[in-house]
Amino acid sequence: MIDRRRLNLLAVACLGAFAFATGARAADPVTIGAVEILTGPNNKYGVAIKNGFDLALGEVNKAGGVLGAPLAIAYEDSAGNKDQAINAVRALIGAKNAPLILGPTLSNEMFAAGPIANQRKIPIVGTSTTAVGITAIGPYVFRTSLPEADVVPVTLRTARDRLGVKKVAVMYANDDAFSKSGYDVMKAALEKLGIETLTTETFGTRDTDFSAQMTKVKSVNPDAIVVSALVEPAAGILLAKKALGIPASVRVIGGNGLNSPKIGEIAGDAADGVIVGSPWFIGKADPVNQKFVAAYREKYNSDPDQFAAQAYDTLFIVADAIKAAGAADPEKIKDALGKVKHTGVLGPFSFTPDRDPADTSGVVVIEMKDGKFGLLQ
Amino acid sequence: MLAQQLLNGILAGSVYALFALGFTLMFGVLGVINLTYGFYFSTGAFVALHATRYLHMQIWEALPFAAAIAGLIAIVIDELLLGPLRRAKAPELSSLMVTLGATLLLYSLMTAWFTTDIRRFPPTVFDGGAFEIQGLRITLSQILIVAAVVSIVGGLAWLLRRTKLGLAIRALAENDDVAQLMGVNVGGVVHLVSFISGALGGAAGVMIGLNYNAIQPYMGESMMLKGFAVIILGGLGDIRGAVLAGLALGILETLTAGYVASSMKDAVGFLLLVLTLWFRPVGLFGRIAAKRA
Repeated sequence: MIDRRRLNLLAVACLGAFAFATGARAADPVTIGAVEILTGPNNKYGVAIKNGFDLALGEVNKAGGVLGAPLAIAYEDSAGNKDQAINAVRALIGAKNAPLILGPTLSNEMFAAGPIANQRKIPIVGTSTTAVGITAIGPYVFRTSLPEADVVPVTLRTARDRLGVKKVAVMYANDDAFSKSGYDVMKAALEKLGIETLTTETFGTRDTDFSAQMTKVKSVNPDAIVVSALVEPAAGILLAKKALGIPASVRVIGGNGLNSPKIGEIAGDAADGVIVGSPWFIGKADPVNQKFVAAYREKYNSDPDQFAAQAYDTLFIVADAIKAAGAADPEKIKDALGKVKHTGVLGPFSFTPDRDPADTSGVVVIEMKDGKFGLLQ
Repeated sequence: MLAQQLLNGILAGSVYALFALGFTLMFGVLGVINLTYGFYFSTGAFVALHATRYLHMQIWEALPFAAAIAGLIAIVIDELLLGPLRRAKAPELSSLMVTLGATLLLYSLMTAWFTTDIRRFPPTVFDGGAFEIQGLRITLSQILIVAAVVSIVGGLAWLLRRTKLGLAIRALAENDDVAQLMGVNVGGVVHLVSFISGALGGAAGVMIGLNYNAIQPYMGESMMLKGFAVIILGGLGDIRGAVLAGLALGILETLTAGYVASSMKDAVGFLLLVLTLWFRPVGLFGRIAAKRA
């Protein structure tokens, strides 16, 4: 007969061994994949996104990681190339066993690589893919970036409520898909908000002479001019507006094409007063954002941009989903993603049933002043 | 609004006219449709941009400077590309093709150097002052443009009609062999015409750049389409026609954008072009087909 003390000892030893084994397993990080443009001409986007992920990753792991283990990201470089993005997604799923993939950077990379992840039933979360139809790829494709269609209505509503804009002139480039789709969004939003459109003028993206259109715009006396265009023609419109002496109180309200510091570089002081909406702005005053900006500056010695901010929030959203899923299981993570509620630097966030961002309350409206964007005062 | 639109039209039209003038002169005298012509337009704008930015020239210094540089470049390009063809009496189609290829090359080089980013004159180059008379607003740069176009066109007319050089140019336009027999230095006159044409294109580029403040390498290319419309409307090689057609096109485009629909603005010029070719192949202002300079 084995004496009781030895049995106890054995039990303790077994327990200890078990505890040691689980302890060792818990130290294995949960590794998710990320496909971004890390080299080549568009790498500034991918690098900003990676910086945002890494900053958030540090914070997630400092707060205890996920599922009792640290979270890790395996990066693959797409170099902005669709085929390379497809291969990267395949490698992350096949070799790294990633239960979730972040990225890719560009919408057309997502259109190529998204179907692969969807087919293998691995959730893939784009942080910078704003094109129409991204989430229609399939039920495993998510995105956290607000499409323009969600930003423009907020801009126009703010202009109506804060600046008393009641009647506008609308201008758009009719030879460019981006400008035309922006115009469609503006038209619908203007109707919905009850803002009257006095005249709609078109131009070509490569036009430089806008005097005829602007003379007409001036003659109908709008409260504001709503413009859907790329940055170059938009700058031309601003210069023509100034040359014709349309007062500065008549603001130019733009879509995403005007949300670029280049507008001030080309149009100079004619760009003052331009209003655009943006999912994020560096000068947003809330403490979460201030903390993010300070931490980013400290870690990277540069200012974060919108891509970094979107990536930063996305990593917290994904970490929350993995925690809620309770396992590094793609199917469970996918279901959990749909239920995540997170408040980050872009404001409150949740997914719609179609896996797009549901909340636009984080959109900020900014205006150009002395060649720099600032919050609309 | 009508007065303002007419003013817009006259402005656009006078630059079209200036641009088309050099184009039509090249065709009328040298007998080539030189597609590199749009490149001189871009060159003029870029030279003026750099002259004002880095050499700190005033705009009235930069304008003739840029025009002269564009003219010199035109001589070099003409001599390199078309000189051999001219001496070999090659058919017109080969010179057209050579200039087409050269245009693509030149624009690509320019883009590689300057990128396609839009640039603007430094704000100090020309202050954006403006006069307002009974609701009609005209800026100082617009006054400069119209004044410069009027004096350049006047100067060219004087040169062609009243000077011996002009006579030589006109003789060359009629028949280069006969001109040579009459003692005209054909090679010299060819260079002179290249220079004048290139300078006219360059000057037009400076003015467009000044008025709309948008300078980029391919600006000459879209202008070439308008240039074609203008010289065909005006009658190929017809200087008076080019000026009138340029003004007419500018005014017509502006009025279309202002009173019909801005989406029709570009269509109207080319509609007119097709109609002209159908019903008056010699051009709206053309007389019987003949070379005129």
